[in-house]
Amino acid sequence: MQNPYLPYPVRIDDIVTETEDKNLKTFKFVFINPEEEKKFSYKAGQFAELSVTGKGEIPIGIASSPTEKGFVKFTVNKVGLITTHLHSMKKGDIMGIRGPLGNYYPWELLEGKNIVIIGGGFAFTTLRSSIIYMLEPSNRDKFKEINVVYGARVPGMLLYKDELSAWKKRDDINMHITVDSTDDPNWKYNVGFVPAIVGEKVPKGNKDTYAIVCGPPAMIKFTQPVLDQLGYSHDNIIMSLENRMKCGIGMCGRCNIGEKFVCKDGPVFTLSQLNKMPKEY
Amino acid sequence: MFSYTTDTNSEDCNIIKPINKKNVKQAILGIRPCDSASFGIVEKNFDTEEYKDPFWINSYKATTFIGLACDNPDSTCFCTTANSGPFDEKGLDILLITSGDSFIGKILTEKGEEAAKIAGWTTEAPANSVSAIEKQKKEAESKISSSISTDKIKNKDTLELYNASFWEEEAFACINCGTCAYVCPTCWCFDIQDEISDKKGIRMRNWDSCMFPLFTLHGSGHNPRDLKYQRVRQRFMHKLKYYQDKYKSGIQCVGCGRCIRLCPVNIDIRSICDIMNS
Amino acid sequence: MVEYISKIQKISKKILQDGKVDIIIGFSSGSLPMASRPSFIKSPEDADKLIFDGNCGINLANYLAGRKEKIGIIAKGCDSRNIAQLIVENKIKREQLFIIGVPCFKMIDKRKISLLFEDEITQVTEVGDKVIVKGKAKEKTFNREDLLQANCITCTHHNPVIYDELAGELIKEPDQKDGYEDVKKIEAMSSDKRWSHFSEMLSACIRCYACRDACPLCYCPTCFVDEAAPQWVGKSADNQIDVKTFHILRAFHCAGRCTDCGACERACPMSIKVREFTRKLNSDAMRHYEWEAGLTTDKRPLLDNFRVNDYQDFIK
Repeated sequence: MQNPYLPYPVRIDDIVTETEDKNLKTFKFVFINPEEEKKFSYKAGQFAELSVTGKGEIPIGIASSPTEKGFVKFTVNKVGLITTHLHSMKKGDIMGIRGPLGNYYPWELLEGKNIVIIGGGFAFTTLRSSIIYMLEPSNRDKFKEINVVYGARVPGMLLYKDELSAWKKRDDINMHITVDSTDDPNWKYNVGFVPAIVGEKVPKGNKDTYAIVCGPPAMIKFTQPVLDQLGYSHDNIIMSLENRMKCGIGMCGRCNIGEKFVCKDGPVFTLSQLNKMPKEY
Repeated sequence: MFSYTTDTNSEDCNIIKPINKKNVKQAILGIRPCDSASFGIVEKNFDTEEYKDPFWINSYKATTFIGLACDNPDSTCFCTTANSGPFDEKGLDILLITSGDSFIGKILTEKGEEAAKIAGWTTEAPANSVSAIEKQKKEAESKISSSISTDKIKNKDTLELYNASFWEEEAFACINCGTCAYVCPTCWCFDIQDEISDKKGIRMRNWDSCMFPLFTLHGSGHNPRDLKYQRVRQRFMHKLKYYQDKYKSGIQCVGCGRCIRLCPVNIDIRSICDIMNS
Repeated sequence: MVEYISKIQKISKKILQDGKVDIIIGFSSGSLPMASRPSFIKSPEDADKLIFDGNCGINLANYLAGRKEKIGIIAKGCDSRNIAQLIVENKIKREQLFIIGVPCFKMIDKRKISLLFEDEITQVTEVGDKVIVKGKAKEKTFNREDLLQANCITCTHHNPVIYDELAGELIKEPDQKDGYEDVKKIEAMSSDKRWSHFSEMLSACIRCYACRDACPLCYCPTCFVDEAAPQWVGKSADNQIDVKTFHILRAFHCAGRCTDCGACERACPMSIKVREFTRKLNSDAMRHYEWEAGLTTDKRPLLDNFRVNDYQDFIK
């Protein structure tokens, strides 16, 4: 019997500080046992439990794409006991990851469709995974137009800055990067809240266009009416939730929303599914 | 669950390893039928198609359940309308029935047969036992004086029940202790914790309860079940509605009545059930 | 105490009608013998749901901390002391409250009755100083005096210390002060014996925190045992050090504040005598500082008050 609680040992291969407040770091992990990398076969949108001895586990969205081989990446916000400890760890340290867990963005359904990605703040991690996955040469033809709206409070708080500017230069993806405000005279992208930019830049909704929305509650709250106005059906709005988790496999009981577990039945739900569920997230 | 060392001199430093614990064969003697009926309900959570919880499953498999039929149920027992009954055989390997100064054992499984052999319980039961037990069972069932109805809850809209106005009032008395959850045979929620001393650490799990605010508190400080009534609602919705919906089965309760007897402020699942079902 | 009921109902109805309060916090009858349910009443018509008897041992002050509306509350001696304590600790304002004081005839201990009666109890009736207990097959009459909750036996403040109206005549308090004989017995043990005594006592703890949650003093937004960063205390009930840490520290948090209302012991599903800890601190507060918690709203709590002649022999 495979023990679903046992993490795979990994080595920290690299750590990148992403934001100017130094609260977000991206960890690149390499599996100690190569055969376990194969077992850890995932899709964009899934998460894993990062496991630190003596501290515990924390569920984090997978930021790398399944098309990137040889490592997995997670971007971790420093908030609590475990993430604070993680931030103090160094290259070469050994820890564990357990997963992949949860469902993923519905890639089978999304093939052949226009994709709109809307992200805010540090919730951009699985969206990065999705973008890398779609831009992979062997995958790009499977999707039609790709639009990305990504916002942060200020330029220094944007994640993956090098990749953002590389994507901006491409013609097979429309990047709409924005910040709430900036006093940087050289800022060359948008200024404004995500919902406003969505209203300006995002194509109108139709049955072949899907929006994937991840961000802080306020962004989600104000983006939804904009998408409604643009004519997106709630079946075509895909969201990823976060709830406190422990087991990650639907057993420990805490992340439920009604009869659904965010960890196992989610974290990805369509807005029409969420409309039928209690608002406990 | 697991153990590890954080000693940097060890080559296994920070590698989490299973504790090689043999599941020694064990028997629970005298378990009440309602309690053994709860295992089938809990099993649905720990033994699923996608994931299997080896700790629960292995220790369940290693256990022989020798139950003791209930001749004198309490007035708070409502097992006969909650998945069980005073002579219920679900989940048992042997059911013991009191007969004067001795017990008659009804052997229900192969495991039970083996256990009876090991225990040396080899005397044949008197010839009229079957009918005597049946009579005793009927008698015990007739002593069950309370009941619940959950038939309407099943077909009610989840959100309608969730948003119903009665929750705040019903939850007022609750002090959010975990007594109800901790004494409930069908409550399974748990926490996973690391404990470490002298560079030797373990990862273990322990009981947790939806009554505690910490159960659902996000790292950001946001809590989806921040208020007392939201947590009380979760408890009863889970047992009486979500469980039914999720597994297309009965409720997550065996009617043992412990939560009723031990609640310090007299919150009574039977009356909550009435309100939800009305 | 049954005589109080009509008075409680009458006062409650009136103050609700007059708009003096928005809600009444009191007791309604429970679904089991010897159980009563803390309830709130919003409309005058519902005031006749309020009851009072020897099973109303829950401390209603526990429902006050942080409430914003105008509240009528039924208060026994101990409840009123905890209300005073909450006022001093700025958890509720005196102006918000209409206190319906109930001189207390002492509460009965359902565990004691259950042990004495053996059979399942179906009905319990209090008649004067007798308690009639009925089961399915038998009936027995007890002296009320033999069935009292432990803390009520040593209680010296049966009368409410603050109130706006009384539901009955004030009663004569006992002449003797609490002698803390129980505490002295434990103090007399050798430290090894005391340790094993407490270890054995706490080995039954399942860490449900009912003692804490029933206590009107335990209103911290995050209890130290729930704190995650840093995590002061481990979570397992198997680790007896953590179990002891919880109980002993909790008791210290209550030092100089505890009114010995007995809510903690009453709530414990494992019948652990958690008052042994708080009683020791109450006894010290009394012995060294002549202090009893919650007797007035005019004095600062014991531990945030310093007098030069304070007892300080314990500082070494």
